[in-house]
Amino acid sequence: MTIAEKQKELLDELNLFQDWTERYEYVIGLGKNLPQMDAALLTNDRLIKGCQSQVWLDCNVVEGKMVFMADSDSVITKGMIALFVRILNEEEPDDVIAADLSFIDQTGLKEHLAPTRANALGLMAAQMKKCAIEASSGHPR
Amino acid sequence: MNSLDVENVRKDFPILDQKINGRQLVYLDNAATTQKPVQVLDASRSYYQEINSNIHRGVHQLSQLATSAHEKARETIARFINAQRPEEVIFTSGTTDSINLVADIFRKSGRMKKGGNIIISGLEHHSNVVPWQMICEQLELELKVIPVLDDGTLDQEAYEELIDTKTELVAICHISNAFGTVNNIADICSKARSVNALTVIDGAQSISHELIDVQSIGCDFYCFSGHKCYAPTGVGALYGKFSLLSELPPWKGGGEMIKEVTFDKTTYNDPPYKFEAGTPNIEGGIALAAALDYVNNLGISAIRNHESALINKAAEFLGQIDGLTIYGPPERVGSLSFNISDIHHFDLGTLLDKMGFALRTGHHCCQPLMSRFGVSGTLRASFAIYNTFEEVENLAKAVEKSLNMLR
Repeated sequence: MTIAEKQKELLDELNLFQDWTERYEYVIGLGKNLPQMDAALLTNDRLIKGCQSQVWLDCNVVEGKMVFMADSDSVITKGMIALFVRILNEEEPDDVIAADLSFIDQTGLKEHLAPTRANALGLMAAQMKKCAIEASSGHPR
Repeated sequence: MNSLDVENVRKDFPILDQKINGRQLVYLDNAATTQKPVQVLDASRSYYQEINSNIHRGVHQLSQLATSAHEKARETIARFINAQRPEEVIFTSGTTDSINLVADIFRKSGRMKKGGNIIISGLEHHSNVVPWQMICEQLELELKVIPVLDDGTLDQEAYEELIDTKTELVAICHISNAFGTVNNIADICSKARSVNALTVIDGAQSISHELIDVQSIGCDFYCFSGHKCYAPTGVGALYGKFSLLSELPPWKGGGEMIKEVTFDKTTYNDPPYKFEAGTPNIEGGIALAAALDYVNNLGISAIRNHESALINKAAEFLGQIDGLTIYGPPERVGSLSFNISDIHHFDLGTLLDKMGFALRTGHHCCQPLMSRFGVSGTLRASFAIYNTFEEVENLAKAVEKSLNMLR
């Protein structure tokens, strides 16, 4: 499945929800179910510090594909992370770089991605792309 | 007991009628900024519509009208805080600007000597920490911090031990923006006086809630922001004792702050003008006076009665929620900060927003205070004249509903 197809599938799923409560309960569930990162990986160099919540992102390239692991102290942020990981994980670096992430505008969860420096999630999305750029140029983190 | 007719007050604040995420807005972020009544909006509009002109510069009628309105605003502010004379009130852009003004003129004055110290407290907003830190680094002064006790009040005994003959200045908030703690600033100032230290009081969180009397407080400087007291953003005031203002050097250089300029030597204007270089926020100053008149018309004692009943009710309702911790002493003013065990403040704040409740989450620009209590942040509900008991009750219900979703 391409990144675009994965995004469409995700939006179809989210559109099944009638109201914000269901939508958020779904995201909270995703956050709870996203595997916790190993405590040894929760280091400062993986930390993306937001004003409200903190995000840790670990990027690896396995057999030419990006493998992202991420965690947060906020469960809603973690649920949002799960959406990104689902879309971008196991994709080739160049596809991650080219990915149009505007799907998030249609999720009804857009307020979490306000483009401010204080927004850990927005910074994480940028960092995921940066990792892919480094991987593509042969300098993985 | 004076009482506030809240239903009528709410009619003065059109913004409160709107829906947020399809729900009736419940605005509980008043410590960040308050909403503006139509009386203030009208003052801003009529200034631009009727008398807009630059002040202190023109012989023409409009300039004179604008100058007189602006100076009348200064008098209103002086009366509101019981300054001895209007010349003790400097217009600034707000509290941060005021504190930086004081810090900078002290730095320039040469009064602060290497090896001296400045005392602040563990409750301070970053804007009453960083300017002093900067001056301490530059002039090699020691920055001493009055510790915060477990109940969110200041350790008075520690203050007495910290203060000494080398203390140059004590800078303390009147009321904590994070916890609503009310500091005994008259006592703090009197102890500072006993060692000839100057005092700067950050009144950002007290101006809309408390009766302010700079003379009975006995401070040398007192500052506040208009926008936290129903006035527009970008305007505030700094009170300073006239004798001090006369002695201290000017801040920024420019028009208005001078008496005479030649390329060899410039002589400076008298206070407050020597601290007001450039065209000020004329409309803002006039609107600020309108806001203070509005508060005066309602009566500060009626406001206090209403707000203290509200915040006590909030503490009572929220206190019944399982796992909820309220920070700060029980006698809080303005702000009520809390956390719920195992729940991130951001998650709870996000869900409350979806239900129309505007609260603040995070560190409230008080990172050292958050560290002191071992938290990355809190949720803060902060109250104003237009908040109702129904809103407080609904807040507690909305918190319960959010917890059901998060747990």
